[in-house]
Amino acid sequence: MSLPPDYLKYPHRGYGMDHGRYIWSALPRRKKVNWPGGALVALWIVPALEWFPLDMKGKPFKPPGALVTAYPDLRHYTLRDYGNRVGIFRVMKVLDSFGLRASVAVNAAVAVRYPSLIKACVDRGWELIAHGLDMDHLHYEGLPKDDERKLVEDSLGILGRVSGQQVRGWLSPARSESFATLDLVAGAGIEYVCDWVNDDLPYAMRAHSREIYSMPLSNDMDDHTILIQNRHSEESFTQQVCDQFDALYSEAIRNGSRILTLVLHPWVIGQPYRIGALERALTHIMTNKGVWSATGSEIVDAFASQAQGEVHA
Amino acid sequence: MKRDPGLYDYLPYDRRPKIRWPNGARVAFWLAPNIEFYELAPPNNPTRVAWSRPVPDVLGYSYRDYGNRAGFWRMLETFDRCGVRGSVSLNVAVCQHHPEVIEECAKRGWEFYSHGTYNTRFVFEMSEDQERSLIQDSIDTIKEHTGQKLDGWLAPALTYTERTLDLIAEMGLTYCCDLFHDDQPCPVKTKHGRLASIPYSLEMNDAIAFSVNTLSPRAYGDIIKRQFDRLYEEGADSGTVMCIPLHPYLVGQPYRIAAFEDALTYITDHDRIWLATGREIAHHFLTHDFDAFARASSPVGEAP
Repeated sequence: MSLPPDYLKYPHRGYGMDHGRYIWSALPRRKKVNWPGGALVALWIVPALEWFPLDMKGKPFKPPGALVTAYPDLRHYTLRDYGNRVGIFRVMKVLDSFGLRASVAVNAAVAVRYPSLIKACVDRGWELIAHGLDMDHLHYEGLPKDDERKLVEDSLGILGRVSGQQVRGWLSPARSESFATLDLVAGAGIEYVCDWVNDDLPYAMRAHSREIYSMPLSNDMDDHTILIQNRHSEESFTQQVCDQFDALYSEAIRNGSRILTLVLHPWVIGQPYRIGALERALTHIMTNKGVWSATGSEIVDAFASQAQGEVHA
Repeated sequence: MKRDPGLYDYLPYDRRPKIRWPNGARVAFWLAPNIEFYELAPPNNPTRVAWSRPVPDVLGYSYRDYGNRAGFWRMLETFDRCGVRGSVSLNVAVCQHHPEVIEECAKRGWEFYSHGTYNTRFVFEMSEDQERSLIQDSIDTIKEHTGQKLDGWLAPALTYTERTLDLIAEMGLTYCCDLFHDDQPCPVKTKHGRLASIPYSLEMNDAIAFSVNTLSPRAYGDIIKRQFDRLYEEGADSGTVMCIPLHPYLVGQPYRIAAFEDALTYITDHDRIWLATGREIAHHFLTHDFDAFARASSPVGEAP
């Protein structure tokens, strides 16, 4: 019994990463970041407006929140759609009450199907982040490149047309990428991508022969991760968001500004019994001085305006 | 294939020689941060895929990468505040990829032991020569980059062959972390050398607690305290071992670190504990207890 000889060869075993998308850099060794107005923590809230088609194929895997039963899975289809009809308006009401704006990740299918919902987001001064075509069109290696390019173009075209915004941010459905996704979205004009969860601050990525930014959208600070995947209570959700904030806030005082990100699925957090958990977390956060309610683009712009580069100790 | 691993004899918890840790400590307490590198596109092993999603698994890869970029540094501050050292379970390729991480551990006097080369290279189905070469790589890399002799082994991604523990003992290692059959060190039956099994604990492992059992950060803190309380109580009779295996990409998340630090502070506030490294525990056991434990053990009967 033996493995192929190449199994113990390591072509990328050297300084830094095993790919060329970004450089290796340790968070505390970078130049300190300062948000506008001396803010310590940027509060970046990202509701996701998703559509899971009734005839889901789940290729090459079922994304989080996918339909479950044999066709027609009315039960899960409608519960997901609850978010777009009811839940999101509960989220809007809470954010409005705190004077907070969101950056909403939108499947293009939602924009086509519910243009009035997009208008409600735009009217609030929310930024739209492209979130692919729908939750059954994942980007993955093996998808023909022309098909993936069309997915990107259609998603951005529809979202721009319905919203009237120049869309700058991208979040892949299920955060799934092919090796070409970054190049394709950068080529279509995207300036920042939210799929990678390896940092607490933005960093530069190489894509389509230029630099775009990776924005650190945590997959842990996510109502679906905490409440559905981990089956934690609403009280624990509030506790975890508050603990995340407190840790980042105290670090920011010492090490430079930070970002608290929060991904919200309106079909999850927008339930009547759950929405209070969001209110209580925001109440805690907003009692602190130096919290900057910002959109993804505002954070990227503030970050880019400060000379970056690794500081070697 | 064997029906019994053949690595240890039976030695019931209530009938064994007493372990006396230095200075009358009841519990030898050690922390084992797993400092790892997962490859974006590793070669295939026929027994196991590296990523749960198709390559490139951007979510899985970047979550692990968080440990080296951000989580490690947060965990390091907690260790410093609590005055504890780590025994690093190291994918040795991190020495090449991220030497800054290695330097921070080395200058604090932490131990480095091997967790293979990459966490995406699995030992299942390796030939003996391949496995020897993998172990030698760890011995050489840790020596070259840290000056330390390699003493411990935790199989990369918990993958092994029937000969793994024989080979590490023959090649001069003194302890392994792959056996979960006990709360005290135990002799391992190897063809050559003297190898101690040091309790490492999957139950206390943050990867099991968070990613498999989906505990909240505070629930994880609670089970750590409960584990410690019982081992501290039992350690009054004969010394016990408590290990907390960690992954900086998990415990180093901002929302988890405070609850962990609270539990760690709870433990280090006790007087009768020995804040040790894996190597120190193994050395003490091999010097004082190994032979007595081996003599007191009984061979197991042939299963029907």
